[in-house]
Amino acid sequence: MRKTITCTVCPLSCQVVLELGPRGEILSLTGNRCARGKSYATKEHTAPERTLTTTVKIRGGVHPLLPVRTDRPIPKDKLREAMRATAELEVEAPVKMGDVLVENFLGLGVRLIASRSLEQVQ
Amino acid sequence: MRKMQVDVAVIGGGPAGLAAALAARQEGAAQVLIIERNHELGGILQQCIHHGFGLHRFKAELTGPEYAQRFMDELKETDIKVLLNTMVLELTKERTIYAVNSREGMLEIRAKAVVLAMGCRERTRGALRIPGKRPAGIFSAGTAQRYVNIDGYIPGKKVVILGSGDIGLIMARRMSLEGAQVQAVVEILPYAAGLARNVVQCLEDFDIPLHLKSTVIEIHGEERLEAVTIAQVDENWQPIPGTERRIECDTLLLSVGLIPENELSSGAGVELDPVTNGPKVDDTLMTSIPGIFACGNVLHVHDLVDNVSKEAERAGAYAAQYALEKLPAPSRRVKVEAGANIRYVVPQEIALDKPVEFFMRVQQPEEDVYLDLGGLRRVKKQFVKPSEMLNITLTPEVLSKLEGDTLTVRIVSQKEVGADA
Repeated sequence: MRKTITCTVCPLSCQVVLELGPRGEILSLTGNRCARGKSYATKEHTAPERTLTTTVKIRGGVHPLLPVRTDRPIPKDKLREAMRATAELEVEAPVKMGDVLVENFLGLGVRLIASRSLEQVQ
Repeated sequence: MRKMQVDVAVIGGGPAGLAAALAARQEGAAQVLIIERNHELGGILQQCIHHGFGLHRFKAELTGPEYAQRFMDELKETDIKVLLNTMVLELTKERTIYAVNSREGMLEIRAKAVVLAMGCRERTRGALRIPGKRPAGIFSAGTAQRYVNIDGYIPGKKVVILGSGDIGLIMARRMSLEGAQVQAVVEILPYAAGLARNVVQCLEDFDIPLHLKSTVIEIHGEERLEAVTIAQVDENWQPIPGTERRIECDTLLLSVGLIPENELSSGAGVELDPVTNGPKVDDTLMTSIPGIFACGNVLHVHDLVDNVSKEAERAGAYAAQYALEKLPAPSRRVKVEAGANIRYVVPQEIALDKPVEFFMRVQQPEEDVYLDLGGLRRVKKQFVKPSEMLNITLTPEVLSKLEGDTLTVRIVSQKEVGADA
């Protein structure tokens, strides 16, 4: 089987072509123009990850929402579950940028953190 | 009317204004003032909650608010004054600013130097002249981004996005994550206008189809948007009969370009560049009016905020020098021209006695080329495309070799040049 992955490491956007074996193992990898492209495509094929950035409700803040993110990327297929979890979450103002809102988010070993400071409404 | 006098007044407290003010203070301007119409600083970054900002400047992938916060924290350590909730109504060529807020009423601010940092606006449906009804449910992508990320409203459940620029792509992901169904992204060009990374992470991740060489040709619905008709276009961007396709949707987001916000600049008589829609500037980022400088998206639309900060720091520093009367007029000036496959170059005029940072965009994507600056410098590029701004700095030593009174920037194919380069 053959699979094409667009490398997103730099603006060149190489089309990396993976020849795959019956169990999805990579037999060959071509089309990348650098070593970073190789490791990106390998990772993207075997265990793709994304950083989640979204918002959660905040009580008493100058805005009704607080932007948040995971402090490290999480498996791509966990994004939906992560969105459901953040939809349930509500925090209290004031919040400082970097404050940890959830430790070990979804049991993934990452933290959900505030990505800005938000003051209390006067 | 309250009257104030400052060394450097910065209009706009977004990324450009923040960096310009900090640099002006650092350069020695004693009284620096930022005038911001919103209730907080940070500008558009506050609604750009996705990450990917600051790779060049901070070697980290920050979200928009995180990027802004770094500058706001730095600002807190200074004596730079900030007027929030304050709208500038007029700027004169003598650098007097008339502004208004609900605490003090009218303000008259006299500045020795002014930095324009008002950012840009989104192009609207009216600018595109899409025919059809005028129901609710049609938003510019940035407006929708504000509703979703700051105000907490989802504009609709079934979405079509016109334009594949980065804001459109980012909103496709954002709406999908929030549970909306993004039916399609429609792009008139033969390629996606935004970064490949965003095509992958915002469209492919969510199985959102991208229709290239296509556009929206009709809007359906009375009270609320019900559907759009899209069609493929020919090389003249005219719809091809027989390719029409109806897509049911309650929301259409427009991500079709940004226009520098130059109402105030025009009012002051600042000369604008018809291609960038921003002021014409020299190598110190000074406009055609002495003492008025410009930076960020009000000058030309950038794709990386890192470049905005860098440009704004130069504008702020030169504005401070002007205010302190340390910026002498250069003896020799040279015009900068856009040559083959170059859409625009900023600055439009330069002196040759200081380092000059050039920013430019190409008209067409091209591979294996050189970016040639007046024959003084030739840089190899594997790839150039309109959505990726090019920048390069030339030193006074290199610039001094220029003959004549024009520096032409152009794209040269590597084949054409051959082995001699």
